[in-house]
Amino acid sequence: MTYSQTEIWMIIGLLAVGTFVIRFSFLGLIGARTMNPLVERMLRFTPVAVLPGMVAPLVLWPTGAGGVPTILHFVAAFATLFVAYRTRKVVWGMVAGGVIFFGPLLFSAIA
Amino acid sequence: MTVTTPNSAIWSGVRDGLPFIVMVVPFATLFGVVAIEAGLTLAQTISFSILVIAGASQFAALQMMSENAAIGFVLFAALAVNLRMAMYSAALVPFLGAAPFWQRALIGYFNFDQSYLTSVAKYEDTPQMPLNARVLYFFGVSLAIAPLWCVFTVIGAKLGMFIPQDIEITFVLPLAFLAMVAPALKSLAHIAAAFVSIVLALLLVNFPSGSGLLIAALCAMIAGVVVEIQIEKRNK
Repeated sequence: MTYSQTEIWMIIGLLAVGTFVIRFSFLGLIGARTMNPLVERMLRFTPVAVLPGMVAPLVLWPTGAGGVPTILHFVAAFATLFVAYRTRKVVWGMVAGGVIFFGPLLFSAIA
Repeated sequence: MTVTTPNSAIWSGVRDGLPFIVMVVPFATLFGVVAIEAGLTLAQTISFSILVIAGASQFAALQMMSENAAIGFVLFAALAVNLRMAMYSAALVPFLGAAPFWQRALIGYFNFDQSYLTSVAKYEDTPQMPLNARVLYFFGVSLAIAPLWCVFTVIGAKLGMFIPQDIEITFVLPLAFLAMVAPALKSLAHIAAAFVSIVLALLLVNFPSGSGLLIAALCAMIAGVVVEIQIEKRNK
């Protein structure tokens, strides 16, 4: 890394300000005013529109496995999704996926 | 369960935020390790985690910095990764827009994936939740996560990686996000949106700095609304 100390601090500072502006943006500007109903309707889909797309490449081409699809990654991901969907509880989904994915590794480490 | 007192709202937020410890701890530690290895000082590393407080973009910035990219490119790449949070900000307006300015500013600072998703799921499940309780719940979730992010950045920076390297601990991230999104799949419209998101994100995966994800998310939202309107028409 060849940046000066001032430059590094400048990067951190600008990233802090920029990130805050992005996160505060609409909440700050719109406040209590009513939104366009169609926009509001679209925004209700934000979680299901962002997360599946964010996760899909990580499951299909896991970096830890050199970007090659594996059955273990796929099954762990599916189990997480299935259990969290059926129980409606985030934590049970994480437990299910975690046991399937890390269970065999931990077991072989102990045994 | 109903949220009645301010105290119970904040604690129920903390409790719902606790499962994310398993993803925050390894990633914060990893950031500390990588930042020191890349040549940042301890003060810079911890400032990164306190001031920027956004995992994916912190890693993106470090990546660009270790390649000695121009400062403009570093900023662009890292901020582009955060653009999805503008969607979160907008999606929070119907629930938190009426809160006082200083509270909204603080919510803005804490508006990351886990706090946003957990809180919105709660607000949708409990429509009668008063504004004050919503705000406190949001802070509760944030308080379960944000301090750990900073503390484990320092631990990673000072002690190096104490998590075994041969266990692919980073896979907790997709698992946790899947667990978060599953309960949000409430209708055929939500499932359609998720499907569009997956297909487009995979097709556009080589677009720079997460721009493919933004396009996928936008199309997925539109798909969700279109399917919802069709279902409503059919039910009339």
